[in-house]
Amino acid sequence: MTLDLDITVRRDSFALSLELSVAAGEVVAVLGRNGAGKSTLLSALAGLLRPDSGRITLAGRVLTDASTGVHVPPHRRGIGLLAQDPLLFPHMTVAANVAFGPRSRGISRTDSAALVTRLLSDVDAAEFAARRPGQLSGGQAQRVAVARALASEPELLLLDEPFAALDVDAAPALRAMLRRVLRDSGRTALLVTHDPLDALVLADRVVVLSGGEIVEQGETRAVLSRPRTAFTARIAGLDLVSGVFGPSGLVVGDFVISGHVPAPIDEGTLAVAVFAPSAVAVHVSPPAGSPRNVFGAVVGGLEPHGDLIRLRVARSVDGPSWVEGLAADLTAAAVADLGLEPGVRVWLAVKAAEVALHPVAGGS
Amino acid sequence: MRRSVPVLLWVPAALALALVVLPVIGLVARSDLGRLPELVTSPTALEALWLSVRTGAAATLLSLLFGGPLAVVLARGRLPGLRLLRAIVLLPLVLPPVVGGLALLYLLGRNGFGGQVLAVFGVRLPFTTAAVIIAQTFVAMPFLVIGLEGALRTAGERYEAVAATLGAAPWTVFRRVTVPLLLPSLGSSLVLAFARSLGEFGATITFAGNLEGTTQTLPLLVYVQSQSDVDAAVAVSLLLVVLAVVVIAVARPRSIEGRL
Repeated sequence: MTLDLDITVRRDSFALSLELSVAAGEVVAVLGRNGAGKSTLLSALAGLLRPDSGRITLAGRVLTDASTGVHVPPHRRGIGLLAQDPLLFPHMTVAANVAFGPRSRGISRTDSAALVTRLLSDVDAAEFAARRPGQLSGGQAQRVAVARALASEPELLLLDEPFAALDVDAAPALRAMLRRVLRDSGRTALLVTHDPLDALVLADRVVVLSGGEIVEQGETRAVLSRPRTAFTARIAGLDLVSGVFGPSGLVVGDFVISGHVPAPIDEGTLAVAVFAPSAVAVHVSPPAGSPRNVFGAVVGGLEPHGDLIRLRVARSVDGPSWVEGLAADLTAAAVADLGLEPGVRVWLAVKAAEVALHPVAGGS
Repeated sequence: MRRSVPVLLWVPAALALALVVLPVIGLVARSDLGRLPELVTSPTALEALWLSVRTGAAATLLSLLFGGPLAVVLARGRLPGLRLLRAIVLLPLVLPPVVGGLALLYLLGRNGFGGQVLAVFGVRLPFTTAAVIIAQTFVAMPFLVIGLEGALRTAGERYEAVAATLGAAPWTVFRRVTVPLLLPSLGSSLVLAFARSLGEFGATITFAGNLEGTTQTLPLLVYVQSQSDVDAAVAVSLLLVVLAVVVIAVARPRSIEGRL
């Protein structure tokens, strides 16, 4: 293992406690909402914060050991950081920015110039070499920041929401570029994000963090398409309902949710129903023709979601409680036609073919 | 679109401006323009001007050499009691300069404990040009410290943190990131410190005295002459006004122009 970490950080109202390993050449995504402990984790890794207890080792070197008081300062850790803000040094040219790391490590002017040329062309930013950061767009600056982070040849690269500050148009290209660069250079990287798409595109493995603890981890696609906790499902943008697997579907209280079963599930064990918010139809009166999966609820909130409106529901007085937080994606026109606003009674209908039932690990 | 300023504010604003500008006009009106060149170029005036410029420059340099690092420590250090230190640094700004001069005299004077230590090495400070420079540094350094500290805080530590993750040791970060980013505000802080040194009067006269050629700077000369030769005092005062305007025009400190 290249990176091994087992730390606890306690703050007034918050505790982060986690154990994590990243193999050489592996890209691991830490997925969580704001306040989940992602930035605390990064600060501890970069050496900007001392954990209360625990140990961090990278490529056989002990970087932090709270029990012996070892704390390697940030500049000797071999850990690079690419943040959401490119933070290019405004008083240097693009080329000087990229050369900053190698020059600081004592690499000769000629060698670092060659490295800068190669890295800038790797990130498709060769033509900006002589410019000042102020003359670049956000996406261009972030490309240069990628080159700069790679130039110091970190043993571990930390990616802190690297696309969060970019235009929606610029993010996909940069994401693809970063994927190519990470794969080609075989870098070990830890990506911290709240966007499951970042994790899907870049990471081999995903760790889901909530309230300072790991709630789920595993191979990225498996975790995101088959989330085992409601939290992961919400963050992955999927609807998820937990229950017990029965002969005709998932039994949740008085309800039975029908769906397809991609892998066999034993009757009587805990399982989950997963469906996409776009597969949910919303009605303001009980739908005719009685489709099988219909749940009563009230509108909890509406938020923009790309071109669509994402509706979150809350439980109705006489309806099931587990609908709380389920999402449905609608067009703005549909929201207006149905007169949806918080507090309005709705019925959610999902076709059985759109629902996947998955076993829950350990059955508990 | 520019928002309009309430009319009610114009009256006090105009009065405030008048308070700044009218006295200078009064000074010009009072001056004997015919004798002006002669008075300004008198040996005493030139000597005081040269002394003021030299001591002001020295005090500014000392403020930079010691106040600069102090600003970095105050802005970036993680020491207990830093807030108290910050308040103490502001003391010379609030203290009447005469009191500062008196304090310096009883520290570094013949009977002060600092003075006695210096006397062992055969150094006597009071009533020397060195004393003028110390008095000016005492009053001017806080301007530089608060200017730089504010700039450091505004800039934040994010660039420095990134530089460290790129493998740069603290001194490299300071030299290649912190200092270059500070340069714009360094200029305005230096100008403020220099201007304050030029105008220094109270601490200088108490600690360094008023010896022509050694400790008599321009403000001291103005004071002395205002008692005997008012025309000369006005002429030298105009010289100081011109000097101040030149300093502002040449350096155009951003903090003065309100574009921080």
